[in-house]
Amino acid sequence: MSEGTSKGAVSYTPFHPRWYRPRVSVYWWLGEWHYLKFILRELSSVAVAFFVIETLFMLSALHDGPEAYMHFQHSMRSPLLIALNLISFFFVVFHTITWFNLAPSAMPIRMAGKRVPDALIAAPSYVAWVVVSACVCWLVLR
Amino acid sequence: MADKITLEIARYSPEQDREPHFDSFEVPVHKEWVVLDALNHIKDNVDGTLTYRWSCRMGICGSCGMMVNGEPKLTCATFLSTYAKNGGKIRVEPLRYFPIVRDLVTELSDFLAKLVKVKPWLMPKNEPPLAQGEFLQTPEQVDRYKQFSMCINCTLCYAACPVTGLDPVFVGPAAIALAQRYNLDSRDQGEAERTAILAHPDGVWGCTFVGECTRVCPKHVDPAGAIQQYKIAAVLDWLKSLVTSRGQST
Amino acid sequence: MLFSAGGVVAAMLIPVQLFLFFLAFPLGWLQGPSYDYLLSLVRNPLVRIYLFILCSLPLFHWAHRFRYTLYDGLKVKHLTGLIFALCYGGAVLGTVIAAYLLWTI
Repeated sequence: MSEGTSKGAVSYTPFHPRWYRPRVSVYWWLGEWHYLKFILRELSSVAVAFFVIETLFMLSALHDGPEAYMHFQHSMRSPLLIALNLISFFFVVFHTITWFNLAPSAMPIRMAGKRVPDALIAAPSYVAWVVVSACVCWLVLR
Repeated sequence: MADKITLEIARYSPEQDREPHFDSFEVPVHKEWVVLDALNHIKDNVDGTLTYRWSCRMGICGSCGMMVNGEPKLTCATFLSTYAKNGGKIRVEPLRYFPIVRDLVTELSDFLAKLVKVKPWLMPKNEPPLAQGEFLQTPEQVDRYKQFSMCINCTLCYAACPVTGLDPVFVGPAAIALAQRYNLDSRDQGEAERTAILAHPDGVWGCTFVGECTRVCPKHVDPAGAIQQYKIAAVLDWLKSLVTSRGQST
Repeated sequence: MLFSAGGVVAAMLIPVQLFLFFLAFPLGWLQGPSYDYLLSLVRNPLVRIYLFILCSLPLFHWAHRFRYTLYDGLKVKHLTGLIFALCYGGAVLGTVIAAYLLWTI
């Protein structure tokens, strides 16, 4: 507000245009496929936590004896749990693939002055994944 | 190919509008025309009040960034024919997540302030005398930071990054990539001075690796890569500081 | 750091573990281990450590990731104290339960 003083000197407020500030909607992540893919990738962590909770229940059943374990195995056959586990399996594999594919950009490796292509850095992780999975299978299925 | 295409352009005049609205313009399609040519055609022949930034029209000044059909793009590098093929319309809006000054012009002072904060200039430990001659760098030393030096400050990455929209204090992809460009430069010894702003919740730790910034960057700078690399460097520095401080206390 | 370690552990080990124990065995695709064999396997000290890592680190990975997803996805950054407590509290609780079970099994 401009104000006159008794001496006649006036002070002005500098003009400032009204910028438009768009609000980011809570549903921003539904607006684009790339954003949705990002949120799904992050939600894979829920499948990871679900797996850990199931495993803790399994360990608890093992701890309590053969009847408890049989009861646990029976509950795992329920259609609801099978469905949840099927969905979780896809999310968990999605986590693995996105994790291995993104890691190379965080760790660029240079050999003989040139940068090693990302695919080559990701490949050993996949190999390790297969080897480790095979070892677990061998140990459990013996 | 159709010989005309419709552009829906966001308009906002602070003196008259409370919020942006869209105006439609029909523009002739020439094989070699880009969206910027269409905007210039409209301003020259149809509506002289259309307001937008542009300069070099060849993808190096970084002025003409806008949202084209929801994607951040340099309008000097986006061909009309890409959209005319499907008989589609082109929706042109100002870059997302920035305040709008007028029509397609965004307010960049916040971005520029963040850029200054990361100190994107060489800070050698001891400034050698001029008589000593130039700094020498091998091709390998240049290669370490070259990719991050390609940034043209077009802020397409800020328009792509949801974190900048959700958290306006986030330093952002371009600023961090440029800080990393100087951290990796063998002539610079100022990494410690940049730590305070980078290794901070509003710095690299605000990034959740959405990766959109890298996808939209017209100069293939890979700011997401720069940020993740700095995260690892920051963690290693922190671990190192634990070890060295323990050594000092005993 | 816990986030990265948890992410690697989850990426490497969880797919095969989930597939075997919660899909293949319940659905009868593969013959599961007997109770006695599984118990003896779990009682092995190395396996106890393996299982502890498998249960603990991924929970911290989830805690960090889910916390930020809530901030970004639901714009609830103002509830940061509550979310922090729920996420990391949950991870710590899971870790403690895992430790107890694996110590006493």
